[in-house]
Amino acid sequence: MTADPALPPAPEPPVEARGVDQGLDRGRIPFATYTDEALYRRELDRLFYRGHWCYVGLEAEVPAPGDFKRTQIGERSVLLTRDGDGALHVVENVCAHRGVAFCRERHGNRRTLVCPYHQWTYSLAGELQGVPFRRGLRRAGEVQGGMPADFRLEDHGLTRLEVATRGGAVFASFDHGVEPFEQFVGPAVLRYVDRLFNGRALRLLGYNRQRIPGNWKLMQENIKDPYHPGLLHTWFVTFGLWRADNAAQLIMDRHHRHAAMISTRGNAGAASEASQVASFKPQMTLADPRFLDIVHEPWWGEPTAVMVTLFPSVILQQQVNSVSTRQIVPVGPGVFDFVWTHFAFADDDDAMIQRRLRQANLFGPAGFVSADDGEVIELSQRAFATSPGGHTTVELGGRDVGDADHMITETLIRGMYRYWQQVMA
Amino acid sequence: MIDPDYAELLQLQAAYAAAVDAGDWDTWAELFIDDCRYRLQPRENYDRGLPLATLAFESKGMLQDRAYGIRETLFHDPYYQRHVVGPPLVRRREAGRVHTETAYAVFRTKLSEPTIVFNVGRYLDEIVATPAGLRFAVRLAIYDSELIPNSIIYPI
Repeated sequence: MTADPALPPAPEPPVEARGVDQGLDRGRIPFATYTDEALYRRELDRLFYRGHWCYVGLEAEVPAPGDFKRTQIGERSVLLTRDGDGALHVVENVCAHRGVAFCRERHGNRRTLVCPYHQWTYSLAGELQGVPFRRGLRRAGEVQGGMPADFRLEDHGLTRLEVATRGGAVFASFDHGVEPFEQFVGPAVLRYVDRLFNGRALRLLGYNRQRIPGNWKLMQENIKDPYHPGLLHTWFVTFGLWRADNAAQLIMDRHHRHAAMISTRGNAGAASEASQVASFKPQMTLADPRFLDIVHEPWWGEPTAVMVTLFPSVILQQQVNSVSTRQIVPVGPGVFDFVWTHFAFADDDDAMIQRRLRQANLFGPAGFVSADDGEVIELSQRAFATSPGGHTTVELGGRDVGDADHMITETLIRGMYRYWQQVMA
Repeated sequence: MIDPDYAELLQLQAAYAAAVDAGDWDTWAELFIDDCRYRLQPRENYDRGLPLATLAFESKGMLQDRAYGIRETLFHDPYYQRHVVGPPLVRRREAGRVHTETAYAVFRTKLSEPTIVFNVGRYLDEIVATPAGLRFAVRLAIYDSELIPNSIIYPI
């Protein structure tokens, strides 16, 4: 049998041979960046498990001693706990004995963590407290079995993570050498983390969860892309919530890995160059305008929307009165889970809580605005998987990287890839 | 007013499924009274008393705004949906209002793709009689399928 010319070409060379930087300096991102299994494994190791702080939740999710929440950093299952003294801990959900991911509840309250397999029992801080038959079983005056005499409980705790909190948000790192959280975020972006999490007590409103068939970086890119909201999202451009001619600022940390997109609402319904887009609908009105019953809150200052991307794991959202965290949980090169945690502030009155819940209709997996984002990410990923030689283009606003005072630029995406390239090389 | 009989309740459930499966969003909105509530909520939030819903509408006007959004503003990969709805359990009858609970499963079929189980859960309804027939005053769709396959565009 001779070789069939219609057969697919030989597989591409491995990542090591191609390099991770092909074209990035020219504003090109190869499709393989989003599909390659080896690159993805390296991202988990270098971005999620080392050198970075990842979001795990809000203090308001574990308010009482004994409370716990199960979540993930990268693909690894972890527990956020509050011990009897009120201290927060993050431990890996892997029993030190047989590796069982022993905690199945998503949240709850416990005095200890117990693996069901052999009842190894841990404190909420992850210290091993006891092992059944550690000293063997005494029968007919003889001791049978048991752990060796030099078995020390302190050598067999759960994997414990570094923990940092900032204004009620909780972050953790498997890397005990990770730089302090404030330094990790950097002063420019930290200002906007603090704007949202300014120390007021938070009240949990609930969750939305979606599984998006796309590479996890695409969601970081989506919230580092101020170009699309005034084009893809009719509600944003028509009601002036986010459009190209709104006052805007784009800022990054010194590594260009984190960013804040800052926008001030204006120009609702107004015709201008920014409204010369197919998604602008000047005649559109709401049958029930309460969806956009926006009340300015003093803590906003001038901006009406600030979207913070903390690399690699979370997006902090303030879009008018809707505030939430959006956690990125990678599932594979082509899939991630996106977990939305909406909250209010403990001193909100009922009307403000109702307003936040109502405006949540714009966001999340069914949101008037955000549902579109998941849809386009899925369609990008489809092409990445089927057209392996291709690349995306991020040249809007030039090919360099720097802060900006307008939205017609992809500088934040380029900045992220500059950092990514350094860490991944 | 006369309490609706069971056959009428079945007819309302079937009419709802037929409307949302046909993409007839105007009929969908008209199956509610003006001062209605429609909530699509993950079961974890409902069970824990957390108020956030995936969709939370408080008037027929909000349903009509959603209908407009589906037709005009929400970019999405088009799909068919098919509701399979169980028999309603009448939980309570009070003056002019019937409380029912009904299990449902929704299948999604994207063009040229296999059908998937999209969203399963139960409806908790409050149904009232109007001159035009039975209508929903409250419809809560509490879904078990908490991990949504990307997005939900059409009403469940």
